[in-house]
Amino acid sequence: MSMLHIVNKSPLDKGTFSSCVNHAKSGSTILLIEDGVYAVTKGSTSAALAQQAMKNGVTVSALWPDLEARGMQDTVIDGIKQVDYSGFVDLVAANKNVQSWL
Amino acid sequence: MTEATGGIEMDEDSAGTIKKFMFVNRKAPYGTIYALESLEVVLISAAFDQDVSLAFLDDGVYQLKKGQATKAIDVKNFSPTYRALEGYDIEKLYVEKESMDERGLTEDDLIVDVQIMSRAEMADMMDEQDVVLSF
Repeated sequence: MSMLHIVNKSPLDKGTFSSCVNHAKSGSTILLIEDGVYAVTKGSTSAALAQQAMKNGVTVSALWPDLEARGMQDTVIDGIKQVDYSGFVDLVAANKNVQSWL
Repeated sequence: MTEATGGIEMDEDSAGTIKKFMFVNRKAPYGTIYALESLEVVLISAAFDQDVSLAFLDDGVYQLKKGQATKAIDVKNFSPTYRALEGYDIEKLYVEKESMDERGLTEDDLIVDVQIMSRAEMADMMDEQDVVLSF
C-alpha cells in the first residue's frame, strides 16, 4: 500500500482513468469519485480497463454516494470496493501518498 | 405575444416566427453544472413557443438514467424534471444509440420516453436546426 490514485472525471469524456490505470502499480488503490464512478459500470467500454487494473494487483474502489446519485448503484462490475466518505478518509490515511488525476 | 414574452414587446418581424431550437446535452449530471443549466434554459425556452428539441449524446445520455438518488451527496436530484417537460409541450427528446451502447445503457434504463436514433440520424437532426445550443 503506497499510492492512492483519485479519479473524478468520466472515462469516456477524459483520458484520466486510462492514464491512471497505466501508471498504477500493484498494491496501490484507485478511488473513483464524482463522474469517475462511471468507469466501473457494467457494459461501459471502460469496464475492461478497470478489470485490467484489478488483474494487475490494483484495488479499485468507488464512492457509493456518487454511484447512487447517478443511478448507477446496481450496475457496478464485480470486484469493486464501495466506500463512503469516512472510507475515503481511511484510504487517504492508510496510503503513503495521494495522487489526483485531474 | 406579449403574454408569452412576459410583457416584452417584440418587433413585428420576429414576433410569430417559429424557429427550430436544439439543446445538445453531452455532459454527465452532477459532475459539472452543464446538465442542470441546460434544463433551466430549456424551461425558459418553453415560454417562447418555439420548436424545441433536446438531444442527448456522449455522457449526456447519463442525464436520463433511472434511479438517481442524490441525498448522500447533498445535491438536488433534477432528473424528475425531464418527465415534466411534456407538460411544457417539449416532447422531442432524441437519444443517440451509439452513446448508450458505449455506456452499457438501454432504453429501459431511461427515466422518460425518448426517440432513439443513430449517430448519422443525429447529425442530420442537428443539421436541420435554426439554432443549436450546446451544453
